[in-house]
Amino acid sequence: MSGFARPLKIALGLIVVAGLIVIPMNFNRYGLFILSQWAVMTIAAMGLNLTLGYAGQVSLAQGAFVGIGAYASAIMTTHGWPLPAAIAAAIVLAFAVGWVLGYPALRVQHHYLAFVTLAFSTLAFLVFRNESWLTGGIYGISNIPRPHILGIATNKPLPFYYICLGSLAIVSLAVWWLIRSPWGRAFMALRENPLRAQSLGIDTRRYTLMAFAIGSALGGVAGALYAPLTQYIDPVPFNLSLSLDLLMMVIVGGAGFYFGPFLGAMIAVLLPEWLRFTEGYYLMLYAIAVMGLLIWSPTGILGILDRYMAARRTKAASALRAVAKSRLETAQ
Amino acid sequence: MSNLFDLLVAGLATGAIYALVAVGFTLLWQTSQTINFAQGEFVMLPAFLMLAAMHAGAPFWLAIILGILLSMILLGLAFKMLLVDPMMRHGVLPLAIATMALAIGIKEAVKQFFSAEASPFPSIVPTGDVSILGHAVSLQSIGVLVVAILAVFGLTTLLNRTSLGHQMQAAAQNPTVARIIGVPVERMILLTFLINAFLVALASLLITPIYLAKFSSGEVLGQAAFIAAIVGGFNQVRGAIAGGLLIGVLDNLAAAYVSTQYRAAVPMIFLIAVILFRPQGLLGRAEERTV
Repeated sequence: MSGFARPLKIALGLIVVAGLIVIPMNFNRYGLFILSQWAVMTIAAMGLNLTLGYAGQVSLAQGAFVGIGAYASAIMTTHGWPLPAAIAAAIVLAFAVGWVLGYPALRVQHHYLAFVTLAFSTLAFLVFRNESWLTGGIYGISNIPRPHILGIATNKPLPFYYICLGSLAIVSLAVWWLIRSPWGRAFMALRENPLRAQSLGIDTRRYTLMAFAIGSALGGVAGALYAPLTQYIDPVPFNLSLSLDLLMMVIVGGAGFYFGPFLGAMIAVLLPEWLRFTEGYYLMLYAIAVMGLLIWSPTGILGILDRYMAARRTKAASALRAVAKSRLETAQ
Repeated sequence: MSNLFDLLVAGLATGAIYALVAVGFTLLWQTSQTINFAQGEFVMLPAFLMLAAMHAGAPFWLAIILGILLSMILLGLAFKMLLVDPMMRHGVLPLAIATMALAIGIKEAVKQFFSAEASPFPSIVPTGDVSILGHAVSLQSIGVLVVAILAVFGLTTLLNRTSLGHQMQAAAQNPTVARIIGVPVERMILLTFLINAFLVALASLLITPIYLAKFSSGEVLGQAAFIAAIVGGFNQVRGAIAGGLLIGVLDNLAAAYVSTQYRAAVPMIFLIAVILFRPQGLLGRAEERTV
């Protein structure tokens, strides 16, 4: 059965990717901006999904890492460095800070860890706001250049959307590979049963720090793309509410599901836009939708699908069993 | 020195309000493992309910009573029955996320149905200063302190001296055994939600005259109460009180002596230090629960 489902899945994936490439071609400026934002936020949410969904470490600081990446990229590209170098620097910086932030996770877990990361998030915001010699303070950094890739300028929205989409594709493949590698399995072991993981010889200490650092590094990538996308950054978008939004994306999409962040970011970025026709009510409706969804399915959108598939599989299995049983009985 | 005295009094007054909010926060955690990210918005909303009642023509005292009653219905009863009950058995995180969404919803609703601008709010204490030990202290600070102390005193008396309070504690500490010995656990949980709603309404009444009624004012307040609860001890009512007072004083002293830019950093660094070196909080017990 799975042999039949696999080509179907690949075909579906190809259709979605082709759609993401072709359909936006005649979108207006704003539509492309929103779609680029979706791609960027999906990258950040994938990082958090790795930390939270796969390794089970609660983090309320992903927004701060997006900020770190954004400032690194803004500062470097306005000083003449190319964007790929800025992205690399953002990855290294976010990875290092994420590694350090992982240390509290070795001592405390669950809600306490959430609070430590929450405090970190606020501290990072204060640094962005107050160290104006570096970050421009409340005035921020403006005129962030967009890169030339292979001689093509990406100042127009469409080429830059393709850069965001391409980055998302690269990150998606990397994460896909990572969660299937022994590392990914070690992360899941960490989430399911840290004690047993350790007794099986998994260095839980190292993998906890790794889970934080890699998740944070992806936040840095998202930030490094966010800066040239908006071409102006100030501290406000990187306050605590971005971290909370990213957490909401992961949970609403389905924590621990590979496609969770894609859907979660879609709901968080696109749903408010689709609800804009309701004018002042759109964020209210968005909040109600999120609460309703979580009441219905606390494991997120993909949790619903997962339950449905599991139910179907049990049904199919019990049907097979019934057939086998009746065959046995007739044979006797 | 007079400066220090003023800072201490002002810090204790805001700290007392933080304590009220933090106590409610810990109560919800203890009885139902609810981490209420909307607690700050819970403090913001009652002031607007009271303002709405006054706009409808009610005198101030009636508006206060109506506001508190409405808060207990909306933020106590409805919050528990519509959001917490369906989600409680699914663990801490989805419910915490749902309260984040609730916070957005409350903020937006106030902005849409009331006003995006800050509105003045009448004070229950007359303005003016009195002289204490040669220092001018504002009546407002004293009033806030007195009301907060009375509320906290009333609550601890209820929890520690009455049968009802003992039943509530039993329901929080070990629901299964409490149920066996005949404590109506469900009703006790509901009661803590009602008490929380009462406390936030009271805090709203005390703090709004100082900071004005604004849809976004819950953010800072919620975070301060949050930190107070953790610093003091997540599972202890008296811990939350101590934490609230401490954070209030610390915040005011930091603004004066550290820098206004980094005043918000001081409680955060304090919070990280407490969690790392004494995760159960300054006055808390080590947590035995596994969730």
